[in-house]
Amino acid sequence: MNYEEYLAKNRLPHLWCPGCGNGITLKALLLALAEMGLKREEVLLATGIGCSGRAGEYVNFHSFQGTHGRTLAFATGINLARPELKIICLMGDGDCAAIGAGHFLHAARRNIDLTALVINNFNYGMTGGQFSPLTPAGSLTSTSHSGKVEGIMDLCRLAETAGANYVARTTVFHAPELKNFILEAIAKKGFSFVEVLSPCPTYYGRYNKIGGPVKLMEWLKNNTVPLKKFEQMEKEDKGRLFWRGKLADRNARDFFTAYLEQERGGRNQ
Amino acid sequence: MTCSARLLQGNEACALAGVDAGARFYAGYPISPASEIAEMCSQILPQHGGIYVQMEDEIGSIAAVIGASLGGLKAFTATSGPGLSLMQENIGFALMAEVPCVIINVQRFGPSTGIATRPSQGDVMAARWGTHGDHSIIVLSPSSVQECYDLTVEAFNLAERFRAPVIVLTDATIAHLREKIEIPDELKLVERLKPEGPVENYRPFAPGAGGVPVIPNYGDKYILRVTGLVHDEEGYPSADPQVAGQLIERLAAKIERFRDELPQPLFYGEENAKVVLVSYGISARAAKQAVSIAVNEKLSVGMLQLQTLWPFPEEQVKKACAAAEAVLVIEMNRGQIMERVKACGLFPPRRISSVSRTDTGIITPTQVLTAIRGVAG
Ligand code: SF4
Repeated sequence: MNYEEYLAKNRLPHLWCPGCGNGITLKALLLALAEMGLKREEVLLATGIGCSGRAGEYVNFHSFQGTHGRTLAFATGINLARPELKIICLMGDGDCAAIGAGHFLHAARRNIDLTALVINNFNYGMTGGQFSPLTPAGSLTSTSHSGKVEGIMDLCRLAETAGANYVARTTVFHAPELKNFILEAIAKKGFSFVEVLSPCPTYYGRYNKIGGPVKLMEWLKNNTVPLKKFEQMEKEDKGRLFWRGKLADRNARDFFTAYLEQERGGRNQ
Repeated sequence: MTCSARLLQGNEACALAGVDAGARFYAGYPISPASEIAEMCSQILPQHGGIYVQMEDEIGSIAAVIGASLGGLKAFTATSGPGLSLMQENIGFALMAEVPCVIINVQRFGPSTGIATRPSQGDVMAARWGTHGDHSIIVLSPSSVQECYDLTVEAFNLAERFRAPVIVLTDATIAHLREKIEIPDELKLVERLKPEGPVENYRPFAPGAGGVPVIPNYGDKYILRVTGLVHDEEGYPSADPQVAGQLIERLAAKIERFRDELPQPLFYGEENAKVVLVSYGISARAAKQAVSIAVNEKLSVGMLQLQTLWPFPEEQVKKACAAAEAVLVIEMNRGQIMERVKACGLFPPRRISSVSRTDTGIITPTQVLTAIRGVAG
């Protein structure tokens, strides 16, 4: 199948800024769906609130946009009602890691059968470039004029600890790897999580004087190292680098399957 | 119709009614005095092929309920004041996205954590206006265990018919009161309409009969787009003033045009009486008792028991109060429905006063009787 068959071309042009990474992630997702040969009615894109949250408008299969931070809780209900649906929850870093952090941990812990895809652009883009929980310390944003005071948290490690079946991180610069991770995540039964580091030239790149879209792509390339290499590095060398790669890949029973076996004695409907 | 008798508490009646009405999904978070509803659902739903999921908070609970409903299951949750506050944003989402679901709110003493085990009727306005934005919403108020059952079944029917969230307001007293009730062997249930016609270009939010769209479920071959943003008939976000204006009007009108088909007020006592009582929920029990004593004393008293609080049954209230010299509103709050009765603009103007109690105790027949004698004398 061709990825364009999932694209709502009549809704283009999209509202994202030139040089934004959201389109690359959306394309990677559609490429993965095409490679898997999924039918339109078999897939649901659930999004959060924010720039990436508008992605549902550009696909021609089932889409859902709920309230800020709650995507995974809504999707929990959808999954349990329609377990055969492939659900992809596309969220931003503010949406998933701040207001939605509780739902993220518990969806991973329950091992709900869906794919959580977080575009981490290091700030709240839609509201004007405020810092998010995933904005690196010291970064300049519209609410941290002398540098962000707080530190970050690692969503990948959290997901792994909480019980996700699949955890991976990459960037939009590594587009083929991104597509492969998304494909593996969708194919995996249980909770899958992929974090995508992504450029926001309009706010994060500009405020931190990293440069335009091309420079931001270089920044993503130069500031990430493969997980294996990262683990062998000395602590002081890790500095502000991000690892990329696969952190977890296991096959624990997802919530619906476990519920069916235990509470219903295997009976479905 | 044949019935079977059961001895149940209010919470159990709500849970059982949900399952009998066809609910196959419950998501909730433990809270007093509503917990028995979750406990019972966790036990009986799997036996009916349904699912109980205990979420991380009330925000997640109502979100999961909405998700399950969009997947095609009848779904509900139960909570109490603090949980209702947390659910408000997503109740607004369910209104905007037209998602059928039922919320049982067992009122407890508030505001804030208040007293978790004591009753109140303080959430009447929170149920009406708790979520932001302009909207209409259906709120039902049972006064007995039987009505807990009947109105919960009705709540599911109304939710499906109007594609909207419906709130059932009970309270800590009815929730734990045990009464004998009759459960009909057969219930009239409303099932969701299914889309028909070509799959391509189906418009899930185009108004159907009575202004209610025929919306597919997720996973159907009809593609469904759902958003809390203002959206057009295809489900795409829109900032067009005309689209926004028409949507908000339709969402309110699809309910309010049919207010006469919602559970109607019950009338007790003397028609065209000089003193008319308006009450609902647990307080209506005391009011009813007081009215029967007062009628025996040859006082001219009648009473209207509201089953639907919102949309407010204004015409019925006006009619019942047409000949009244005094109107007493009996409720366990500081006049939330009394203010609404005053807003009916009864003509000629007459005394409308409140018989209320806000000290965690329930209103007694004696308290109501004293008030009746006070105005009837
Ligand atoms: S503000 Fe940033 S994240 Fe949002 S569309 Fe523009 S570049 Fe992308």
